[in-house]
Amino acid sequence: MSNVTVNVEGKAISVPAGESAAGAALAAGLTHTRVSPVTGEPRAPYCMMGVCFECLMVIDGVPSRQACMVPVREGMRIERQTAVEVWK
Amino acid sequence: MSETAECVVIGGGVVGSAIAYGLAKRGEKPLVLDGGDSSIRSSRVNFGLVWLHSKGDGMAAYGFWTRRACDLWQQFADELTDETGVNTQYVKSGGVNYCLSEAEYNKRSETMQRMRGQAAEDPYEARMVDRGELRQLMPRAKLGGDVTGASYGPHDGTCSPLYLLRALHAGMTKRGAQYRADSPVTAIKPVDGRFEVVTAGGVISTPKVVLAAGHGSMPLEKALGFDVEIIAERGQIVVTERVAPMGILPANGVRQSTEGTVLIGTTTESVGFDLSTTPQAGAAMVKRALSVFPALAGVRIVRTWAGVRTLTRDKCPVYEQSGQYPGAFIATCHSGVTLAAVHANDLAEAIHNGKFTPMIDAFHGRRLK
Repeated sequence: MSNVTVNVEGKAISVPAGESAAGAALAAGLTHTRVSPVTGEPRAPYCMMGVCFECLMVIDGVPSRQACMVPVREGMRIERQTAVEVWK
Repeated sequence: MSETAECVVIGGGVVGSAIAYGLAKRGEKPLVLDGGDSSIRSSRVNFGLVWLHSKGDGMAAYGFWTRRACDLWQQFADELTDETGVNTQYVKSGGVNYCLSEAEYNKRSETMQRMRGQAAEDPYEARMVDRGELRQLMPRAKLGGDVTGASYGPHDGTCSPLYLLRALHAGMTKRGAQYRADSPVTAIKPVDGRFEVVTAGGVISTPKVVLAAGHGSMPLEKALGFDVEIIAERGQIVVTERVAPMGILPANGVRQSTEGTVLIGTTTESVGFDLSTTPQAGAAMVKRALSVFPALAGVRIVRTWAGVRTLTRDKCPVYEQSGQYPGAFIATCHSGVTLAAVHANDLAEAIHNGKFTPMIDAFHGRRLK
């Protein structure tokens, strides 16, 4: 299977095509992928099958995406999600 | 051979469970029969307000009963946490009802005045706050330009209805109640001063039966001598992604949960038990929420849901002991979350004693005839 290159927290990483964005984040060595918007606690992907919503990340600039359900694409930007602030 | 129980509570939602918890605290060993997964479950589709200041317009007793619930709630929540380890996330924050024009503000003000004037005492202690005072109450919030003010109720708050239900189930079981899931009751027969409660799993004989099954009570009540009309009303809710705490007071139409989601509600629709959501209703609710907090436009919606309210003709609770068959009780209401604190205390005490106090007898269904 061919590989694609994605960008995780600013670093390029090559992962197998068909891998999920959450898988790419874990492969890149991220130990947390978001923080709780309420407590600030670091959180990481858990179920890897679209159920638990722990893996919410910012993908290509769009926050709150379920990274485990998003297949990687060449050039995809995958970033940790910080608390979404309503009052800016 | 049929099973016997010293007391059967029909309905394992937030009303039946609160009563069963209160009965178990008083030394009874109620058997709680819950419906199946496909039952209409108002307890699980709920906005989570513990709310006083808009309740009881037209029925002063409901205002006082709800005030009593709000006064008991903190102790009730603490007790549940102590006994079960489950935190109901109750916060008595105070609550508001936003006004989006001078006309709305004046109308709201008149309503509050009318409700305050229903009795010599004022159970609400609510007041109108203008835009300036509203900003002081929520200094971090950026209000939309149309917000003229709000009514403010100091006794209002919120909880997690799901954790409340879980805590009640854990608490009643710990105190000796028995919970039986997926056991819908198909018939109740009064026989020689006792009741035969019929389920698919068998017949249970009991001297005391409490009907608290929401819409499920309707097909069963006539056999016990009750005649309470229970009306379905759909309410829809829109839920956003989790966001950082906004520092806003809860309101009927918009609140932030402890986990960070923003709940936007709601509708009042007469469509029977149709649980679908509609984009039209969602758009209208969101539009109003955006008028209050325009910054919510940048927040993603993640789901919508609909639930069915359990209403009587005057939207106030009905509590009765059967005149024809003493030992049979019915309890039905809309605000099972708010009233859980009085259901577990005052109402459970009355059912335990088999004798209603005047405060509880005020909710007899004869008023609706």
